[in-house]
Amino acid sequence: MRTVALPVAYMPLVDAAPLVVAREMGFDHAEGISLDLRPAPSWSSLRDMLAFGHVDAAHLLSPIPVAIALGQGGITTPISAVSVLSLNGNVVGVGAQLARKLVDQGYGFDFIDAKAAGAALAKAADDTLIFGVPFPFSMHVELLRYWVAGTELASKNVEIRTVPPPLMAQALAAREIDAFCVGEPWGSFAVEDQFGALLLPGRAIWNCAPEKVLAVRNDWAQTEPHLLGSLMRAVWRAGRWLSNPDSRSTASEMLARKAYLNVSPELVDRALMGEFTISPSGEHRHVEGFVEFFEGAATFPWRSQAKWIAHQMAKRNGLEVGAAEHAAAKVFRSDLYRQAMHRSGIETPGASEKLEGALPEPMAVASAKGSLILSRNVFFDRRIFEPSE
Amino acid sequence: MSQNLTVVVVEQNHDRAFAIVDALKAYGDVDVFVIGNVSGLARKIATHDPDIVLIDIDNPSRDMLEELTVASGPLERPVAMFVSGAAGGLARAAVEAGVSAYVVDGLQADRIKPVMDTAIARFQVLRQIRVELAETRRALEERKVIDRAKGLIMKSRGVPEDEAYALLRKTAMNQNRRVAEVADALVTASGLLS
Repeated sequence: MRTVALPVAYMPLVDAAPLVVAREMGFDHAEGISLDLRPAPSWSSLRDMLAFGHVDAAHLLSPIPVAIALGQGGITTPISAVSVLSLNGNVVGVGAQLARKLVDQGYGFDFIDAKAAGAALAKAADDTLIFGVPFPFSMHVELLRYWVAGTELASKNVEIRTVPPPLMAQALAAREIDAFCVGEPWGSFAVEDQFGALLLPGRAIWNCAPEKVLAVRNDWAQTEPHLLGSLMRAVWRAGRWLSNPDSRSTASEMLARKAYLNVSPELVDRALMGEFTISPSGEHRHVEGFVEFFEGAATFPWRSQAKWIAHQMAKRNGLEVGAAEHAAAKVFRSDLYRQAMHRSGIETPGASEKLEGALPEPMAVASAKGSLILSRNVFFDRRIFEPSE
Repeated sequence: MSQNLTVVVVEQNHDRAFAIVDALKAYGDVDVFVIGNVSGLARKIATHDPDIVLIDIDNPSRDMLEELTVASGPLERPVAMFVSGAAGGLARAAVEAGVSAYVVDGLQADRIKPVMDTAIARFQVLRQIRVELAETRRALEERKVIDRAKGLIMKSRGVPEDEAYALLRKTAMNQNRRVAEVADALVTASGLLS
């Protein structure tokens, strides 16, 4: 069968899995396309590759398209998030010095309770606490800010600086940062290389945070609706395949390959299985659903998720909150998602928005053909985000 | 108003940095600063208060510059990425050439263009040299591994060199792999067994 080659850019991270799997398992060919996956050296490059038309789609941090819609960060090419590639998958970690202090003060590193972790870290840290994150427009920043504001860390002078993950160790050694929030496999690297210990998985702060999105240029989505549909369905199938526990070790092997992450499959395994080594001394923690590619309509781009991101960004940067939420909602394309999935009879939620953080238990919601089960959705402080009209 | 453009070049490799500085200086009224060590990059750049920042697109530290694009960043004036202005075509050329430019708002495109053209041309030449060098290194490395694999086969099978090589080639063909890959596997395996 003839396939259309589709250049797609990605960052070599564990959560690029749906794209890698779509290619390696041939879900792309089944849809008549062939993914030409291109790694990017930095998030800004990745974003530019998409904006300038070097690639047709990209694995992007979910706040990037929102930031563009809010006129932040230089680029003005309108970008759409057509589906969510993954929920959660980040870790918060501390440098060796803070880790030692936390151990000395008897903190148990439960890897669950974000409130207690915030209190313990506030006790261990100096007046100023500096976090390194991979990019200024990222879920890493949003989760950290949300967490800091809702814990005893709020009394500290908290700074967030951009440090590319490969330079995180160096930045910690130079005392430029004290702690960090990164995606896997970088957190596990920090532990392996003995420069840090892991404090929390991102999902301990918000267990339903849209981490990466599948992004395309608006004009491309308009001119190539069929290719876009094929791409979205191929990636959706890859997510479903990944959600099968039996697939995970195969997925780890695939991702670990030289062409993709070029790390040991054992490191990739930790994130996919949720089995973490959190300190150089080998302490172990299990995290259920550390990163999610499928279950609970995980890939549906809820407009309320975009509004949550815009709400935080607007408050921080002095923008008008209502207008920001309105602009952001247009970026998460639940309309395009439905169009693409309906063709193959794939279930999608009937609504495009929901209260974020309002599901202490999984719940069935109305969908086109019956019901879909949404996963738990809670913030660590149990607050509920109601998107504005 | 100061006439000279201030350009900061972020480049860790000394030779490459000098080559770029020379090219920019030859163009004329440009003050060029080189930053080699990327730790605390955003603050270092801010101290020079540059009009343009040039950085290799493959440099992962590029993300540190994004902080400068946030209004509350360390620069007093917001820094705009090149592309948001009228010089869109030029920005595209820059991306294609592998150089990324961050330009302070309000700078005239006709003043930027010659500097950028010079930088782009220089980056392109350097990139080519780098690719060629990497290719040569890889070829040398492969030759060494193949020689070692041939040696191993000659020793354990007691065959002459051309036969050892033929066996490597045949195995590679049958397994649909490159000769260098088969040789590498053999050398690794024999290292484990000895």
